[in-house]
Amino acid sequence: MKITKEISLGDVAARSEELRGENMTLNMGPSHPATHGVLRLSLELDGDKVVKCDPVIGYLHRGDEKIAENMTYNQFVPYTDRLDYLAPLANNVAYAIAVEKLAGLKLPPRCEAIRVLCCEMARISSHLLGIGVYAMDTGAWTVFMYTFNEREKLYSLFEELTGARFTTSYTRIGGVTRDLPEGWLKKVDAFCDGVLKTIDEVDRLLTRNGIFLERTEGIAPISKEMALAYGLTGPNLRASGATFDLRKDKPYSGYEQYEFDVPVGTKGDCFDRYLVRMEELRQSVRILRQVVKTMPGGAWYAEDAKKIFLPPKAKVMTKMEELIQNFMLVTEGPQIPAGEVYFEAENPKGALGFYVVSQGGGVPYRLRIRGPSFVSLSILPAIVPGNFLTDIASILGSLDFVMGECDR
Amino acid sequence: MDAATLLSRFPATQDLAGKDMPTFRVAGADLLAAVRFLRDEQGFDLLADLCGAEWPDRPTRFGVVLHLLSTAGKEYVRLHVDAVDDRVPSVAALHPGANWHEREAFDMFGIVFEGHPDPRRILMWDGYPFHPLRKDFPLAGIEVPLPAADVAAVTGQTVEPAPMMGGPFVSPGGKLSEGEPSALDQSWTEQHPKA
Repeated sequence: MKITKEISLGDVAARSEELRGENMTLNMGPSHPATHGVLRLSLELDGDKVVKCDPVIGYLHRGDEKIAENMTYNQFVPYTDRLDYLAPLANNVAYAIAVEKLAGLKLPPRCEAIRVLCCEMARISSHLLGIGVYAMDTGAWTVFMYTFNEREKLYSLFEELTGARFTTSYTRIGGVTRDLPEGWLKKVDAFCDGVLKTIDEVDRLLTRNGIFLERTEGIAPISKEMALAYGLTGPNLRASGATFDLRKDKPYSGYEQYEFDVPVGTKGDCFDRYLVRMEELRQSVRILRQVVKTMPGGAWYAEDAKKIFLPPKAKVMTKMEELIQNFMLVTEGPQIPAGEVYFEAENPKGALGFYVVSQGGGVPYRLRIRGPSFVSLSILPAIVPGNFLTDIASILGSLDFVMGECDR
Repeated sequence: MDAATLLSRFPATQDLAGKDMPTFRVAGADLLAAVRFLRDEQGFDLLADLCGAEWPDRPTRFGVVLHLLSTAGKEYVRLHVDAVDDRVPSVAALHPGANWHEREAFDMFGIVFEGHPDPRRILMWDGYPFHPLRKDFPLAGIEVPLPAADVAAVTGQTVEPAPMMGGPFVSPGGKLSEGEPSALDQSWTEQHPKA
């Protein structure tokens, strides 16, 4: 006697509509450890699969563009720290170069080399954090401790250079706030030795780690065409196979003098994005070593920038002209000629763009900030559906965004 | 960048002689065709940026500025579009990345993008009544009800403007020099002893 009827897969497939449950709406964030800040994802789930993903942003919107229209060019520098707050030095440089282009300033080689040093150290600091928390998102705790150890060393170097560990505000329009401290370059060189060891260690911990591969390989691939269509930049674009790097293709601040390779991925999945960042770390160290070796002497600010810099405090207190200049710079701001300029710098997260419109005077008429994280997140509705809920942590970590820059 | 073809194919286009990159003013009606021409025939495959702006000296109050990048040619081009009646055609169908940028321009300036697939606010909350990057919007903000209507009805709370007006470095609306840092609250001085 046969009492059970064999249910074949064919039967289940035929009844799939009948067996289908209700879709569930799930809110992820704005307070969630995997969303790296105040990002909220409004998800529609079919079981464990994501059907629809709608990112909700703006929780960290501070109106930076509005604020910029109401203050002088010099006063806005500290606000750029708070865009991508994991690489404030690189933001400072991007903003300063944009305004310098408008003002027509030419910088001396030493200043440019210092800025390259700043940008690459910021990149190392940002990628170390990006990889560290990415490993944590996918279940590997130890990597985070290794990378944060190196970041602490970097912060000590930043502190010695700028006086601040986190919000550096180091550049000024036409230069930097102060020259390199004595013996600082030697410490950078020593840091390079140490960080290379850490990178190798992270490499051994992650790159052939079965769990990590399972969580990242083949997850959310972005084709080259798609990456370009969505305007992705930086490591996320290059992981998809495009070779575009602003440091190579539109060199600024003297990047053309240094030798480095641009790592490019093939599949554009989460694992490729991780690999590209790992290799960029090594290339950044390579650039750092060259800058340290060839650091030119001379002035660390542009000669014409004396009309923009605040005069030395001692002179302000004793000399009439400097007092007047100080007063004018604080109240009216540096006089920048009318015009418009758009400048993008290759920041750790991608191309950080500043579109500055001046109508003359010391206050920008319009200052638009193009945050690479904003663009990276705009691709989520296209790549997340079809993946499992658990993959979202992996996808978000691999895009390496920061909400300060996304919401501005 | 083949400027001559662009100008001849779209006669309403003006060459603005940009200093940092080729700059053109394109008519709204030509925008889609011009962006498609630049993308398909000139290699401008990446929309670097799209933003709104308010121009006091132009016949239309608002405009949109596009920055396109050619990853092969390694050059940028800038397009200015005037928003006639605050409307501009959406380029999101050509560059999907424009979707969020256009939502932001709508949010901040109230520029309507015709044919946009998802015309919602993005940074401010749905139902927010203002467009904060307009020049007539005060820096400190304007008091509005809480985003959640049901919570606002029970608590009677509002979103209050930031107490910035008259503070240091904030212009009261005129020239910046008139917005000198000053202590407006004199209650602590000898003339006005603290109550």
